[in-house]
Amino acid sequence: MKGTFFVNGRAKEWSFVPEATLLDVLRANGHSEVHRGCDEGVCGTCSVLLEGVLVNSCQVFAASVMEKEIETVAGIGTIHEPHPLQKAFVESGAVQCGFCTPAMILAALALLRKNPNPNDKEILSALDGNSCRCTGYVKIIEAVRLAARRMSSHD
Amino acid sequence: MTDFSVVGKPLHKVDSLSLACGTARYTSDYEIHEPLYLVFAYSNVAHGDILSVDDAGAREIDGVVDVFHSFNTSSDLFTTAGQGYPEPSPYDTRLFNKRVRYVGEIVAAVVAESRSVALAAAKAIKIEYSELPTLFDPERSREKDAPCLHGEGAFAPLPVPYRPEENVAGEVLFSFGDPEKGFAEADFIVDETYRTHYAAHCAMEPHAASAFFDEKGRLVIVSSTQVPFHARRTVSKITGIPARMIRVVKPRIGGGFGSKQEIILEPYVALAAWKFKRNVKAELERSEVFTTARTRHPMRVRIRTGVKNDGTVTALEMDDVMNTGAYGAHALTVLSNAGSKVLPMFNKIENMAFTGRAVYTNLPVGGAYRGYGATQGYFAFNQHMDGIARRLGVDFLEFVKRWHIREGETSEVFKAIGEGTEGVDQTIKSCKLDECIDRGAEEIGWKRLRGKKISRGSVVKGVGAAISMQGSGIPKVDMGSASMKMNDDGSFNLYVGATDIGTGSDTILSQIAAETLKVPLHMIFILSSDTDLTPFDTGAYASSTTYVSGQAVLRCAQDIRSQILSVAAAMSGSAPDDLALKENGIAVNSKTGEELPFDRIACFSMYSHDQFQIQASASFTGSESPAPFMAQFAEVEVDTETGRVRVVKFVSAGDCGRPLNPTLVEGQIEGATLNGISYALTEQYLFNSKGKMTNASFWDYKIFGTLDLPVMKTIVVDSDEPTGPYGAKSISEIGINGPAPAIANAIHDAVGIRMNELPMTPEKVLRALRERGEREGGA
Repeated sequence: MKGTFFVNGRAKEWSFVPEATLLDVLRANGHSEVHRGCDEGVCGTCSVLLEGVLVNSCQVFAASVMEKEIETVAGIGTIHEPHPLQKAFVESGAVQCGFCTPAMILAALALLRKNPNPNDKEILSALDGNSCRCTGYVKIIEAVRLAARRMSSHD
Repeated sequence: MTDFSVVGKPLHKVDSLSLACGTARYTSDYEIHEPLYLVFAYSNVAHGDILSVDDAGAREIDGVVDVFHSFNTSSDLFTTAGQGYPEPSPYDTRLFNKRVRYVGEIVAAVVAESRSVALAAAKAIKIEYSELPTLFDPERSREKDAPCLHGEGAFAPLPVPYRPEENVAGEVLFSFGDPEKGFAEADFIVDETYRTHYAAHCAMEPHAASAFFDEKGRLVIVSSTQVPFHARRTVSKITGIPARMIRVVKPRIGGGFGSKQEIILEPYVALAAWKFKRNVKAELERSEVFTTARTRHPMRVRIRTGVKNDGTVTALEMDDVMNTGAYGAHALTVLSNAGSKVLPMFNKIENMAFTGRAVYTNLPVGGAYRGYGATQGYFAFNQHMDGIARRLGVDFLEFVKRWHIREGETSEVFKAIGEGTEGVDQTIKSCKLDECIDRGAEEIGWKRLRGKKISRGSVVKGVGAAISMQGSGIPKVDMGSASMKMNDDGSFNLYVGATDIGTGSDTILSQIAAETLKVPLHMIFILSSDTDLTPFDTGAYASSTTYVSGQAVLRCAQDIRSQILSVAAAMSGSAPDDLALKENGIAVNSKTGEELPFDRIACFSMYSHDQFQIQASASFTGSESPAPFMAQFAEVEVDTETGRVRVVKFVSAGDCGRPLNPTLVEGQIEGATLNGISYALTEQYLFNSKGKMTNASFWDYKIFGTLDLPVMKTIVVDSDEPTGPYGAKSISEIGINGPAPAIANAIHDAVGIRMNELPMTPEKVLRALRERGEREGGA
């Protein structure tokens, strides 16, 4: 089947098999910034923002989200013009192997859009669906705090 | 102290922005032209001979290209362990074994035009087994009536103890002093047995490998590996493809922790690609990573210690039975480390004995896992010593300080055990363990909380501690190499065999080069681990990269530095001794004050006079393995009604020499620590009566998330390791050793029970509380 998806602000028309997940379709079409970690909706590595809401793309049928807005980490900033969250992750040492990082950043972004000044408890809750095995989360939480401070003072 | 400008600074990880922006590529992100997809079929019996493989149904499916299995594909015996050559692990497996030895063993590989077709075909393969008696209890492995798992020709390529007829995959025995005499002199003997469990690494990136042909027809394997050079050697050996026709490329790796120090997927994708001259991709699903990739070896550790009433330890015996599962990957060496990384800690004990046996069972295969045997050994050692200190009525930390190894001291153990060979004598040249203990104790509030059993309702608080040491590479075994060239703008390309799997080694090695050449970090461009482009390195394991590969980079950069000074001397008409480097890539003539920036020096050497490119290469093998040290502390709350243990706060204080990048050092400690806490409390393999893992999913195998986090404090205690690059030792593994015993000791502090068996689940804690209640009630 065929469908249009609005990915990072651009309309994309893609063909896919009916049982394809959003993760399958994104990865098949060059969005390698969306990673496959468990394919069972637990680890959050494949998270994207769907109409602004954080979802595990491995648990979403592509056919069910045609015509919808999808954001990946490549859409929020680039290596030449990174988003404050991307910068904060780098500066805080929150990136080790980096496999969970794109999804973790999106989870943080979803939080900060709703709640620009989260307390630690709110940060911990917002990131709980995203597993990381490298960092022990300590520096990830520092990165979200840092980005929140910077984003709210600039906005 | 020398003033450094690049090392010792919390600089940003050189690959982190690309990882945060999603431009970095992992194995499965490589776009491979029209690939075939490779999918495995697995044994559903724990022990049996394959009588027949009926692949007709699979081959009939449209799009299936081939089905490989033991009736059409033979291979020599080999080991999947990615170690130096010859490997200290036994050659006891083939690509497809006719006898299967665990549920989850690869029995067939399907290649097809799409992954969904390959999956369907794998399901359609019919395999007939003649089942054999199973062996699930490692402690029964050596009994006379136990089934023998490996009989047909399996052998150890090194002259090491290997007795498959007794199910012994590795054996380590040593003693020094006179243990019997020591025990005879003791006032009391403490004899305790501890058990550690199977665990998974849970690197977020599942194992993946792709094989494709370059324009000259050579096979390029991109793999999520910690050991690209071992992978090429092993693939060539098993498949018969000449090594010169294989290039292994390590892209970004989504975590390893030891799980990717194993040659699992590469031979299969290579075999299929070579046969059909087509590109091939394979990627494990999460459940396959649990069952078919590697695990932490479970271990039964018995420690007997003779003690005098004045606190003198007169003798210590450690007797380990390690379950290596169905195959002996890393069996001997993980077992060795349970002794060699643990027993030197109390080097003042004059009489010691170690008996270790790694045994086969019909369960998943053990392998390298952060801590590598030391984690298992320290779980036992720290609880055991905590118990002895309590019995003596002395503070555990004071007891540790009386017995632990110090700067200028050695241990008989260093000589006695190496990795498959005898050990290497060494003296400890840096050890700030006392400072780690003192600062950690202060941070956790040891004096305020220890023994106080502060309670609130059914919840009781306790604190516990654990100490450990690890190593920095395998001395006289691990080797790292680096090469480097200077570009005409004064920047440098650095090529290292060392394998950054997310640890930050690309950054650390770049920092060492930048410091040596007095240039900012952004003037160094590093490329790591490509068997065509970079020099050799044994790989990312054994806490070797900073220390071993780091020395190779240091030597290489020193060579470059002297070439730069020679050219600068020629340019300014002086002797090289008159030239020195200053910050930001400038050579200064101390006689004339003339300043020559690196771009001018590079251009001069390339274009102007006696032209050559400033370039160098170097290798390094450690003659010793300086130990990092760590003291770790847990504050826990034990709910006596539910058995639930909550870690409220966890402190890790570590000495890794001079921290070359404090942020990355903290990150290594924090990650290892949380992995260790999770291992201690929630992670476990559950098996049914047929030996099948029943929880091969992140839903049922619980790793810690943000809501499970205790307050984590990391203290980096600086020391200066004289043999290390810029004073550094390694740090990647040690942090995982302390959480389990520190938590166990804290539980004891709170409620007086000994959790000798991992994981410390609420069920087990509750059972231990009840048993204690019954004992006390009955007494």
